[in-house]
Amino acid sequence: MEKFGFSISKGRQIDYEANDRRVADFIYEREPSFRLCIECGGCSATCTTGNLTKFSLREIHILIKRGENDKVREDIKKCMLCGKCTLVCPRGVNTRNIVMLAKQAFIKSDEYAV
Amino acid sequence: MKQEGKRAIWSEYQKEIADDKFFYVRSCIRQNFFPGSEVAFLRIMRDVLKKDVYEHPCHTTCSGIGYHGDVVPVETAMTVVARQFALMTEAGYTNYVPSCITSFGLYTEILDTWHHFPEVEEKVRKQLKKATGREFRIPENLAHASDVIYKFRKEIFAQAKYKLINKETGEPLKVVDHIGCHYAKMFPSKGVGGAEYPYVLSGMVEEWGGETIDYPERRHCCGFGFRQYLVQANRGFSVACSKEKFESMKPFKPDMIITNCPGCPMFLDRWQYVINEMEGKRYGKNGEGIPVFTYEEVAGLVLGFDPWDLGLQMHQTDCEPVLKKMGIEYSPEDKYNTKICASVSENHNLINV
Amino acid sequence: MSKHVIVIGGGVAGLEAAGQLSKAGIEVSLIEKDSLTGGHLNNWYKLFPDRRHSSEVKAYLDGISLNDRIRLLTGTTVEKFHRNKSHFSIITDKGKELSADAVVVATGFDLFKSEKKEEYGYGIYDNVISSSDLEVMFRSGKIVLQNGTVPKTIGIVHCVGSRDEKAGNLYCSKLCCVTAVKQAIELREHLPASKVFCFYMDMRMGGAFYEELYREAQEEWAVNFIRGKVSEASETIDNKLVIKVEDTLAGRPLKMELDLLVLMAGMEMSEGGKKIATLSGLTTGQNRFFSAADPHYGSNRSNINGVFYAGTCTAPMNITETISHARAAVSDVMDYLKESN
Repeated sequence: MEKFGFSISKGRQIDYEANDRRVADFIYEREPSFRLCIECGGCSATCTTGNLTKFSLREIHILIKRGENDKVREDIKKCMLCGKCTLVCPRGVNTRNIVMLAKQAFIKSDEYAV
Repeated sequence: MKQEGKRAIWSEYQKEIADDKFFYVRSCIRQNFFPGSEVAFLRIMRDVLKKDVYEHPCHTTCSGIGYHGDVVPVETAMTVVARQFALMTEAGYTNYVPSCITSFGLYTEILDTWHHFPEVEEKVRKQLKKATGREFRIPENLAHASDVIYKFRKEIFAQAKYKLINKETGEPLKVVDHIGCHYAKMFPSKGVGGAEYPYVLSGMVEEWGGETIDYPERRHCCGFGFRQYLVQANRGFSVACSKEKFESMKPFKPDMIITNCPGCPMFLDRWQYVINEMEGKRYGKNGEGIPVFTYEEVAGLVLGFDPWDLGLQMHQTDCEPVLKKMGIEYSPEDKYNTKICASVSENHNLINV
Repeated sequence: MSKHVIVIGGGVAGLEAAGQLSKAGIEVSLIEKDSLTGGHLNNWYKLFPDRRHSSEVKAYLDGISLNDRIRLLTGTTVEKFHRNKSHFSIITDKGKELSADAVVVATGFDLFKSEKKEEYGYGIYDNVISSSDLEVMFRSGKIVLQNGTVPKTIGIVHCVGSRDEKAGNLYCSKLCCVTAVKQAIELREHLPASKVFCFYMDMRMGGAFYEELYREAQEEWAVNFIRGKVSEASETIDNKLVIKVEDTLAGRPLKMELDLLVLMAGMEMSEGGKKIATLSGLTTGQNRFFSAADPHYGSNRSNINGVFYAGTCTAPMNITETISHARAAVSDVMDYLKESN
């Protein structure tokens, strides 16, 4: 690298094939309403954590579904589990349980996380 | 893949390419990158095809490199281009042939702008007149030099000494065709075969015995992108673009890459060296690189020109594996001893005015 | 003396209009370019949102419309269209001259030709098909790739030729979203081991029970929905398709390998309709469909007194809307015939 003064950039494309979606599968199996999200963002808008820190439950849903686990593993800990997101969800998604399950999935990292 | 589907698309994107009497304008950077290519074009046109090709000593950069590098405003570029057209007009020619893809793109863009906004053309005419006293006519035919070689691909093949065929196995060489972005992505109707499945280079490859391969990243930019390469901090992005293409074409085991842009062969060639230095990766067979050619070089090889007169010694990724596959007779020891100046008569590589 | 009306087009709208006119005691001639009546219904498998078989609707239409009082001219096209005051005369490609007191134009729609979106490689890549190709596969009960194997991952691209300036169509075809959802469910039903992804710009579920079907697709059929327009498809050496799409809700580009790609072709003014417009002087809008005399209360009337529109020759419509529109056309025809008496 020193030789050239730059290094080869890493792509920011989501490589669906290369990603591991076992965390998503773990949640789908235990909380089928996870499938119902239409990404309206109601949960994020009402979220206390999201209004004070960079935390978006809507985005986390998508990232888990795509298998972008590294971006979620730490972020998910910010949730205070107040449950306001579940209250506002127009699709009846049990968002609070999804956070719980995601945490579990990451704790069982030997088995599920990548 | 269904070839007939591609043929249906190709049949919709045919363009008019003049037959003779060409006003040829060179590229700013190709003469440094691949100095044999433009000379080869002139030799093919004049000696092999017996066409009238004129070069003007007062031709300058079209300023496209500055326009795309964000340092030349479009109106300035238009006035520079108007001056090139004036040179053509003064020389009595109407068929304009740029060597550079970005020039071709810029000329196309300017002609289209003038078509839609005649008042801009009028303003440029006034500016040119005021600055230089020159006047110009719009070319009757604008074709990139690769369009011209495409048009005469059959005539070239009729005089071919070698084919794009592996002499030992009898199999067609597998060729990646890489088209400069500014050729047809801005104006698909101005490119032979359109923008998604361009035919200009595939047509030559097919005609000369090779087989083009269609790999997933075929349509994508080599990563030159002007500012992307010119600014050192952006080069990591530039090389990543080429790398993505190499990774994508590798499973198809290409024998060579053919290009029609000044920047693409430069970067597809040089970045292979850089990637190998940085990551120890090579993309060709037997740990070799994938040789990268300009279309003039390929046409020249097919016609039996000496590889060193074509300037193949200027490539960083070794071209000799392809020469061997094609069964070309050449002397490796003459690699840095080209005889081009001795073998080519004056009017071939010197300005003819 | 009984009145005579010519209906041009024997699809859903034309059949319904002909049947209703006939019921009202009007003498009807129905001109259909194909050898069969029924139009697009003949190729469709099941209908949204309730997924009943299309043949049930076809049977209803045949039942009311195909009676002795309707003169059926199949395999026939209109070559000349004349109007002399309140009298119309039409000459067919077979040289037959028909005269009428009014004309109902029910020339329907054509599906957008998917090969025009070159970047998706329809007609080039082995396993890129259109929504109507998939209906044919459903009808045959065999959903297989070019090499005879069963697809495991399937992508569905919404808005192919709709909401697309490059395709020349600014409008929304309005029914492709629900067709995509229906087909996604049917794919999962036929191939339970498959994974299905819908790539959409917006989910336009604006019909009765459409949103419910979307929810069912997510809940019961585990169909994945990714918001973003697929920019291109290409083929790997293993004959898989690679698509590039911006996952707009993740804010990142996404690359995915698929076995099969289904293009949701939009609805366009039919070639037959364009020909009628040229022959008759009927006006068309910026979207190339026939333009109605009034967009709110005169969508069945045209710029020519005595010529009426029925169905999707005026805009994309579902079957329910098409049948209602055809009946409304008949109501306008009856008023017109009474007035012109």
